[in-house]
Amino acid sequence: MTAPATAPRASRYADELAALGVVWQRDMLHYVRDRLKIVVTVLQPVLMLLALGAGLAALLPASPGGADYRTFLFPGMLVMTVQAPAISAGVALVTDRQAGFLREMIVAPVRRETLLVGRCLGGATIAACQGALLLPLAGIAHLPYDPVLLALLLGELAVVALAMTALGVLLAVTITRTESFYAVLSVLTMPLIFLSGAMFPVQGLPGWLSWAVLINPVSYAVDALRRTITGYLPGPVPPQLFDGPRWGGWSPPVALELAGIAVLGAVMLVWASRRFGRLG
Amino acid sequence: MVTRSGHGERSAAVTAGDTASDTPAAPVIHARALAKSYPGGPAVRGVDLSVAAGETFGFLGPNGAGKTTTIAMLCTLTAPSGGRAEIAGHDVVTEAHQVRRHIGLVFQDTTLDLGLTAWENLRFHARLYGVPAAAARERARMLLDLVGLGGRRDDLVGTFSGGMKRRLEVVRALMHRPRVLFLDEPTIGLDPHTRAQIWEHLRLLRERERITVFLTTHYLDEAEHCDRIAIIDDGRIIAEGTPAELKTVVGADRIELRSSDDRAAAAQLRDLFGLEATVTERGLSVRVADGAAFVPRMCAALTVPIESVTVVRPSLDDVFFHYTGRTIREEGGR
Repeated sequence: MTAPATAPRASRYADELAALGVVWQRDMLHYVRDRLKIVVTVLQPVLMLLALGAGLAALLPASPGGADYRTFLFPGMLVMTVQAPAISAGVALVTDRQAGFLREMIVAPVRRETLLVGRCLGGATIAACQGALLLPLAGIAHLPYDPVLLALLLGELAVVALAMTALGVLLAVTITRTESFYAVLSVLTMPLIFLSGAMFPVQGLPGWLSWAVLINPVSYAVDALRRTITGYLPGPVPPQLFDGPRWGGWSPPVALELAGIAVLGAVMLVWASRRFGRLG
Repeated sequence: MVTRSGHGERSAAVTAGDTASDTPAAPVIHARALAKSYPGGPAVRGVDLSVAAGETFGFLGPNGAGKTTTIAMLCTLTAPSGGRAEIAGHDVVTEAHQVRRHIGLVFQDTTLDLGLTAWENLRFHARLYGVPAAAARERARMLLDLVGLGGRRDDLVGTFSGGMKRRLEVVRALMHRPRVLFLDEPTIGLDPHTRAQIWEHLRLLRERERITVFLTTHYLDEAEHCDRIAIIDDGRIIAEGTPAELKTVVGADRIELRSSDDRAAAAQLRDLFGLEATVTERGLSVRVADGAAFVPRMCAALTVPIESVTVVRPSLDDVFFHYTGRTIREEGGR
């Protein structure tokens, strides 16, 4: 009877890792089973890209290199595609709590932090997959089908997806009232996208709005993706459209932007894990 | 002096528990002075429990009596504010991880993932509890066959009926070979036929697994399946014993008598046996210690023509009423 009580440390880690894997796998099973949701989630950014993109591209002059408004819009739509499924990792947590399945997980001989991290990885993977579904449309936005560029974009999307999943999960474990959770979610998601430079350039904004853009983490996600794209375009791009957030005239490098997002995501994940561990 | 001896007693109990857990006589569930207070007041006021390996133990009580809180403490879901409890020799507070390995839980509300198949639900559970894949597959096959779900292994749980979900939950709770199976209202919300079916499956599983079962129920006829019963009210255990023992405490059998003249029969019962009969719409009702032995004597003695005699053994409902002053169904089923 005492043998399992003193299980070696290594096997404890293996157990936690197996638990992490199975929580992730469950999310994947749900994801691939709901085909309609996959299509609908990716449809909105596609429509924006086609309709809004075509409409506004006609108003703005294209650069000699071929980059136009659609080129500008593409990274914004990538972030938007990733945001919805990432945030729904938090929604899934709330749904599990309502459906009772959460209890099945929290009485298991597994650390709660493991369950939460598994959940985040699942949500981030789904979000990155959704983003990947949009990549084939790169040609519409005059992006070259360069495998290195596409791989870079996918990698950056994965980082952004993980940070956004952490946000969704943090909200879910902080706001335990379901109605309040949904209310906060709907109020929060809109400005995060609108004030990020995803749809219109951030340079011409009035003072207080430009501050909102500067403190919005999503601005740096959009900017990082956009600058990665412009690096692979054949010609120069119109700066009034493509310039991102600046700190007193200085543009933070792409690597710093991504690192900042990753750190922010990690902090939110640790915070959420702590809270989840204490929940009764 | 007092504190010192108290301390010595406690450490002695710990070592005794560790060595004794290998012997079959050691209780699988052991609680002493287990208590829980919430800001609103105490929910459990010092509960002592001892459940032996292989026993089926019924935990009865009105709503708000402390049943759910007690189970939550035994299952490591709520920390006790006083006393201690051990499951399979492991303390529920300091060794919660070990306790969780040794218990299987079936809650009142379903905790299945309706978007997954039966097997996917079981596999999820097995991996969370560290059951190797091959062993999990074999065990799932055996258990599903045992509860008659063998053919539904790869169907989505969302398509299952209430009774099938319940059975699947019991199977899932047994996947990691727990020492104790906790069933919180295992048959609530099910029709009588399905309830009987669940009990039949539980009986089969108990024979097969020799598992300890700790259950709560609102259906007192189901409590008859238990080896032992405890009744909790207002956070304290007020009665404990086998169903037969508890009924003896309530005492008497009830004899229902129909005669051509109830008034005359009542008078004779009073004169000849010193028994006070009450008049009901079904005739006379009288309480005696041993109904079966009393009937022939009564029939020989009464001169009033008797139409029918029924001996009613005390039920657990009578026991429950005796101790709590309430019938369990007044609580509204939840």
